[in-house]
Amino acid sequence: MTAATAALACAGLSRHFGALRAVDRVELSLPPGARHALIGPNGAGKSTLFRLLTGGLRPTAGQIWLDGADITPTSEARRARLGIGQTFQHASLFLSMTAGENVALAAELRLGRPWWPAPAARRAVRERTGELLAQVGLADRAGRKAAALSHGERRQLEVAVALATEPRVLLLDEPAAGLSPAESARLAALIQRLPAHVTLLFVEHDLDLVFRLATRVTVMHLGAVLLSGTPEEVRLSPAVQAAYLGTGRRQDLFLPPDPAARDAEAADATSAD
Amino acid sequence: MNRPGWGALPWRRWGLLAALALALAAAPLVLAPYAVTTLTRILVFALLAVSLDLLVGYTGLPSLGHGAYFGVGAYAAGWVAIHATASAPVTLAVAAAAGGLVAVFAGLVAVRARGVYFLMLTLAIAEIVQQLAESWHDVTGGSNGLYGIPAATLGGNALVGDQPVYWWVLAVFAAGILVLRAIAASPLGDTLRGICDNEARMRALGYRVYLYKLAAFVIAGSIAGLAGGLLAAQQRLVTPGDLGLGTSIPALLAVIIGGEGSLWGPCFGAAVVIVIRDYLGSTLGGHGSLLLGVVFVAVVYLLPGGLARAIRGRT
Repeated sequence: MTAATAALACAGLSRHFGALRAVDRVELSLPPGARHALIGPNGAGKSTLFRLLTGGLRPTAGQIWLDGADITPTSEARRARLGIGQTFQHASLFLSMTAGENVALAAELRLGRPWWPAPAARRAVRERTGELLAQVGLADRAGRKAAALSHGERRQLEVAVALATEPRVLLLDEPAAGLSPAESARLAALIQRLPAHVTLLFVEHDLDLVFRLATRVTVMHLGAVLLSGTPEEVRLSPAVQAAYLGTGRRQDLFLPPDPAARDAEAADATSAD
Repeated sequence: MNRPGWGALPWRRWGLLAALALALAAAPLVLAPYAVTTLTRILVFALLAVSLDLLVGYTGLPSLGHGAYFGVGAYAAGWVAIHATASAPVTLAVAAAAGGLVAVFAGLVAVRARGVYFLMLTLAIAEIVQQLAESWHDVTGGSNGLYGIPAATLGGNALVGDQPVYWWVLAVFAAGILVLRAIAASPLGDTLRGICDNEARMRALGYRVYLYKLAAFVIAGSIAGLAGGLLAAQQRLVTPGDLGLGTSIPALLAVIIGGEGSLWGPCFGAAVVIVIRDYLGSTLGGHGSLLLGVVFVAVVYLLPGGLARAIRGRT
């Protein structure tokens, strides 16, 4: 898979905050229709990488391609119009509006004429809104204010809003964070039902969900790609286990208790925190 | 969709609206001349306040220089009436166009900024416009103002006297409100509310936020210019004070007292401001603005969301 045929690709993508390399020379390539998961411990740079890909943040170095076209200098709004949809780690909705209006605002951009000061395509927008709300299981919440929805419902609404823009590439930042098992299962089912041509990249901490949904997994650690492979390869990789669980810690538990070494380690741990 | 648009108005509110329109139309038949001119001033000022509400309440752009577009409209209408034609529709069209045109240039600069920076930029631009009004003698008459504006004519008849002027102002006011109401209830209105609510998300959805803000700024500037044209027709005198802070701040007060984002709320806010400033102010020995300040503070503390929310919350 090369940058020219990938739905979304990046190479050498870096973002530094001062001395911190939040994202360090990341290379990704998502073929059309991919179901690609991005995992890694907290602070691995997953969300920063997302923002670089969606255009919310400018890269320090590197390039990004959408369907083979270089979109590195393209603004976030234009990338969205080109077909990159996203949901945010912390739900970003229109809280003073109803669930239906939230989705309609996104659908209007594709179906209607949002700049026109007279009603147009109201019906198409309304129908699409109804469809999407039903799809995410919020059909009976259409008239309720987004601010009055539960956390789980807001996450579902986020997905409906993102889908209303009819993205070709969809980036989901921790879609299942804070969801109950039942809500999480419903979200997984929704993601599985996405049209096959939609390319999906998602960050998720729930590894069961990752291994269920993803056909390919990239592991990030300290801003860089640690490993990219099939879920099976990732599951069995000692490097991934080390990044997630920490090196040597488990063996330490089984060492004979040595007061001096234990104190040194405790001091180490506090300073590392 | 559950929005307070025309279609969603229940029959009771239609009835209330019709009664209000009838009462306003009949008012000059029973009111004293001074009350009629006060009511005329309220309508002119209300149109300005409602146009500002499109920025403050719908788009989330708190402008502190909205008087500039009002004043530009007034000067443009007065100048055309003196030098070309006093035809009322023509002078108003010129006023709206002038207000909108100045708003295009101001908006190109101001709309890029947010929050306090937007506030300061609109203030600075309004100051520049006022300086221009004071120094460009040949066109504006300098600090003396533009005087000797002939009475506006409508279909060959001059609008002379309080009552004809009032009815003309009322008709244009109603048309302006209808236009703003239609915009607020349209997809464009939804887009503006979305920007007000969560600008970052709108951008992530793919909206060209800058262009929509600019559009709102120009529409608001154009309606403010229209209101300025009405001011010229009523006062038949335009002074630099009409486009300075003395207009911009009361307009913002009217929006906040009335309740931002409701369109009809600022109309009542405008009535409160004009009555206090022009009517009670003279009986208080020129302390009208002091009373206005007290009312403003009281509203902010006691009626958050303004008169509109207080009334809506009760019914």
